[in-house]
Amino acid sequence: MSVATISRPRLHHSGDGLVLVEFASTIAPEVNRRAVALAAAIAGARVPGVRDVVPAYASVGVHVDPLRFDQAALDAVVSHAWDTAAGAEPAARVVEIPVCYGGAFGPDLAEVAAFAGCAEDDVIARHAAGRYRVYMLGFLPGFAYLGSVDETIAMPRRSTPRTTVPAGSVGIAGRQTGVYPCDSPGGWRLIGRTPRAMFDLARPEPALLAPGDLVRFVPTSHDRWTGRPA
Amino acid sequence: MTARALTVLRPGLLTTVQDLGRWGHQAAGVPVAGAMDTYSLRLANGLVGNPESAAALEITLLGPTLRAEAPLVVAVAGAVFDLQVDDRPVPHGAPVALAAGSVLRFLERRAGARAYLAVAGGLETPVVLGSRATHVVSRMGGLDGRALLVGDVLPVATGATRPAGRATRSPLPLAEAPGPRRLRVLLGPQDDWFTMSSVDALLGGTFSVSSRSDRMGFRLDGPMLTTKRPGELVSEPVAFGALQVPSGGAPILLMADRQTAGGYPKIATVITADLPLAGQLAPGEAVRFAACTRAEARSALIARERDLLRALPEGGTA
Repeated sequence: MSVATISRPRLHHSGDGLVLVEFASTIAPEVNRRAVALAAAIAGARVPGVRDVVPAYASVGVHVDPLRFDQAALDAVVSHAWDTAAGAEPAARVVEIPVCYGGAFGPDLAEVAAFAGCAEDDVIARHAAGRYRVYMLGFLPGFAYLGSVDETIAMPRRSTPRTTVPAGSVGIAGRQTGVYPCDSPGGWRLIGRTPRAMFDLARPEPALLAPGDLVRFVPTSHDRWTGRPA
Repeated sequence: MTARALTVLRPGLLTTVQDLGRWGHQAAGVPVAGAMDTYSLRLANGLVGNPESAAALEITLLGPTLRAEAPLVVAVAGAVFDLQVDDRPVPHGAPVALAAGSVLRFLERRAGARAYLAVAGGLETPVVLGSRATHVVSRMGGLDGRALLVGDVLPVATGATRPAGRATRSPLPLAEAPGPRRLRVLLGPQDDWFTMSSVDALLGGTFSVSSRSDRMGFRLDGPMLTTKRPGELVSEPVAFGALQVPSGGAPILLMADRQTAGGYPKIATVITADLPLAGQLAPGEAVRFAACTRAEARSALIARERDLLRALPEGGTA
């Protein structure tokens, strides 16, 4: 893995309603760790005019009400959080996601096996062997971008997305993997499906995953589950 | 006593429940949604004495027909439609009393693309993560996360049954002389990714809102914009009004239902003061972009807020 370049955070603007706190331009755990920590510090600081704080791979988005926003206060919070950031991240939460691989649940498993030049079972073993970091959520409520997938099975996304991907589908797109939280269009290579709800409004925290979590996919047999995600 | 409600006799083209948006959950990937033109939503709410954040109907291009199930007070702001209650014309931009059983019809559209129908008390559909806004793609909020259908019944919270305010004219220049709509932008955050001639084309060219446009974004036909280097950005959070440019070169103006983050470079971002005007664009309409400074963006927003306060009846809360 290449060493990520991290510089002191700078504030960039997208119009007058979004401030981007940027300090790197690579996808790496040590970069994302800083984004998650900075976002938590900003969200906890109650800066006037801030409406939403969004951690991403290598940046934090701060959505603001332009007439109430206090940029000097944000500057101070970002500097202080950056300078006092502890070296080590608190122990990550590990979330296990059961997956029925292949068959009707993983219509692209054979293609990924052909791409990797291995058996379908080997694709399953390699995907399930990973410990994936949740880098960020986006695309749909509860959709987590997980990395990084074993290079041998890192098949690029389909050139033509499917019009409907069922909720719970587990996919690969290059070195990313993820689970579709609801039925939606999508271009990722589908290798399996999980019955765990990735987003459920009945839970106090509707999204199953949060940035910084670690995910482990656990192969589970088709006998144990044939229905759709709850 | 009959329940306070509106029944949908005809839904219109795309009529959804919207408010000021579902802020505070983008870290979980939840899009903000909310009104495309929050300014007109706030004006409509103010005309019926609601808080500015109350939920109302966003009506797109072709309006609905609605029946009041109890005495209600409504107001329409934003896009200008001819309006009728039981075959009598009623004014746009004014509180209107609906008797129980009366029928409100949206007829010809005269200007703008999206009208807001506020009801005194506010629409009382379920609150989801702090908002009633409909996000159709994720099927969240509003009525079952979808646009209205024939036969839907929209519950209305307790509110006035007699109109209190006066009529007003929206300060938004919707019915101005024909010609391209002018939207002011701040360049960036990735304008340095683009060739000089692309920045010139953005600010000098005329674009047209494609028919493949929706609440997530407006695809713009016009000059192609090209980057100096290939490749995508590492996905980062995106703003309402950002002009993202996929590799094909045709920009997309991100609107209310935008995703929370994206990897395409953004050449410029429409200023907050002009987002309501962007929200009033219809497919086929022409648009031009003019660069401004941060100070100009701020003065423009202050002026917009001042105009809204002036437009509201005394005691308006928006």
